[in-house]
Amino acid sequence: MSAGRTGLSPVFRDMKRFLYELSESWKIAASQMRSNLTRSTLTALGVIIGIVAVTLMGTAIGGIQVGFDKSMSIFGDDVLYVGQWPWKKVDDWWNYRDRKKIKTEYADALNRMIAMTPNSNLMIAIPTSSVIRSVKYADSEVGNVLVRGTVSDYIITSTFDFKEGRFFNDLESRGGANVCVVGYDVADALFPSASPIDKSVLINGQPFKIVGVIARQGSFLGLFSLDSIVVMPLPAFQKYFTAKSEADILVKVKDKTELAEAKDELAGLMRRVRGLPPEKKDDFSINEQQALKSTLDPIKNSIAVAGLFITGLSLFVGAIGIMNITFVSVKERTREIGTRKALGARRRTILLQFLIESTALCLLGGIIGLGFAFAMCFLIGIAFPFFPIQFSTGLVVISMVVSILTGLISGFAPAWTASRLDPVTALRYE
Amino acid sequence: MVTSTRPVGPLVIDIENITKDYVMGEETVRALRGVSLQIHKNEYIAVMGPSGSGKSTLMNMLGCLDTPTSGRYEFNGKNVAEMNDDELAAIRNREIGFVFQTFNLLPRSTSLRNVELPLIYAGIDPDTREEMAAHVLHEVGLSDRMNHKPNELSGGQRQRVAVARALVNRPSIILADEPTGNLDSKTGEEIMALFEDLYQRGNTIILVTHERDIAVHARRTVHLRDGLIETDHAGFIPELDLVALERP
Repeated sequence: MSAGRTGLSPVFRDMKRFLYELSESWKIAASQMRSNLTRSTLTALGVIIGIVAVTLMGTAIGGIQVGFDKSMSIFGDDVLYVGQWPWKKVDDWWNYRDRKKIKTEYADALNRMIAMTPNSNLMIAIPTSSVIRSVKYADSEVGNVLVRGTVSDYIITSTFDFKEGRFFNDLESRGGANVCVVGYDVADALFPSASPIDKSVLINGQPFKIVGVIARQGSFLGLFSLDSIVVMPLPAFQKYFTAKSEADILVKVKDKTELAEAKDELAGLMRRVRGLPPEKKDDFSINEQQALKSTLDPIKNSIAVAGLFITGLSLFVGAIGIMNITFVSVKERTREIGTRKALGARRRTILLQFLIESTALCLLGGIIGLGFAFAMCFLIGIAFPFFPIQFSTGLVVISMVVSILTGLISGFAPAWTASRLDPVTALRYE
Repeated sequence: MVTSTRPVGPLVIDIENITKDYVMGEETVRALRGVSLQIHKNEYIAVMGPSGSGKSTLMNMLGCLDTPTSGRYEFNGKNVAEMNDDELAAIRNREIGFVFQTFNLLPRSTSLRNVELPLIYAGIDPDTREEMAAHVLHEVGLSDRMNHKPNELSGGQRQRVAVARALVNRPSIILADEPTGNLDSKTGEEIMALFEDLYQRGNTIILVTHERDIAVHARRTVHLRDGLIETDHAGFIPELDLVALERP
């Protein structure tokens, strides 16, 4: 008869009892949910909405992160950018405004010095100069196109692929031929059906023959398109677009793990180019992807925190609902608690039972919420393919953990109250 | 004073001079004012008394639902007066089988699951649990009602399930609080017959009641008045009990 009581160590017996109590509590939780279906559904709805909100915000943040990383990769992690302005917010902008302009000729000087320096960390300096212009072909016109003049080696520092054609070669580059490479958007707008290769577009009234089309790169942080660009040989650029052009020198480093050393070396070279005496400060800025990242990261992070906080509030409201319903449940079943205590339920047993009830409700809400969120992500993905959404397994795990924690936290106060009930009072409760 | 036609079994309950105070607002109410009681194995005892006599308080003490303010209480030689909540829960689980006036069954569980409940708290594995529960349900004559829920059972059947639940852990005592209070007299008699049967099979039964018709089934009667034991005698002597109950 009492086979379950004999021959076992107390610890093992206690563990077994705990397991039986646990499985019993899950059964009670399930039967409670079934018998209070409307109430459970409405309460779970609070959690469902909370989890949907938090999960969608999570995917959006994930998407922003991916888009951010993708945008950043455009700059390359092994390229230094020499410019007039630093890539960060400056409080003393007037100190930068009066700096001497960066000239494309610096690139040649830098390349000569790099060639003379043994064991230089730098590989090559590329001059670029850019203006904003519109591009025409026949009756079509695209405005706000970034027109950039550079040399054929520019391709070394770039991360783009070609949709068709090629980059202009060294000969075209040096000779300043009227050729150009166009971005995806420009090609798409001007040549919707035909191939743009060997066609000539008009920029500033000058014809440029298209030799290549760059594959789609997307937009930078969703702010502006990276595909609205035309690249041409620097001599040709300088012939037609000198006014209001902004020059930058791109310097590719040999070993990106020694970026800091490369940066120091480049600074030294630039000081020589500029002829700066030792007591004067740098009158140029050397920028890199990482610096931009560390400027933008806090913005990105505060968006994430604010977003999660606001959506977290809806989950909090859901948690209050769970707590409320668990209190109601404890109140309604006070006599049952008394009976269970009379039959030998310990405080732990009762605590566990109500914690599991609230957790089961939250977990159910969480799973349903996650299902909704997944479906919504899927639909958004279909409707807006370029909207950055990132649904990860990590997110699934996190939202399940959040659901369980919500259940445990919101159920704790009522469950604790229940476990501390005096059996005599509970049995007499009407 | 205690006499019995049967040989006296080992001592199960040994209470000496217990008191219980309740604090109600500003006032302290003394519900028990020094009660001493000894109950042996296989006794059938009725605890009687008008409301306010301390009958319920004594029942709570006997059932280890509460601890006395002062005095000594030993259950099977273990001092329960100073036990904490969880130790008391363990005693209730193993040593005491409760039968309540209102049955106190779990409404959404079958007879079998209701009877299994104390075994879950005792840490007994599911198969043994079911076997033991089915066995006691058979003992109380409910073999064919194992998978019925309380609302599918008559009052008498419900109380039988409750009795089975009280019996399932083979407790040292069965503590029945007005077990027939919610039953008609015919069904009540059936339940009392069941108790008689359990007594004959060696169980120790403590019956808390204010009904003389019920108390007559017991072999020993304890009368409480104003938190003290007034009379404690073998059998049920109607005249004596009448006097005890009606004396102002």
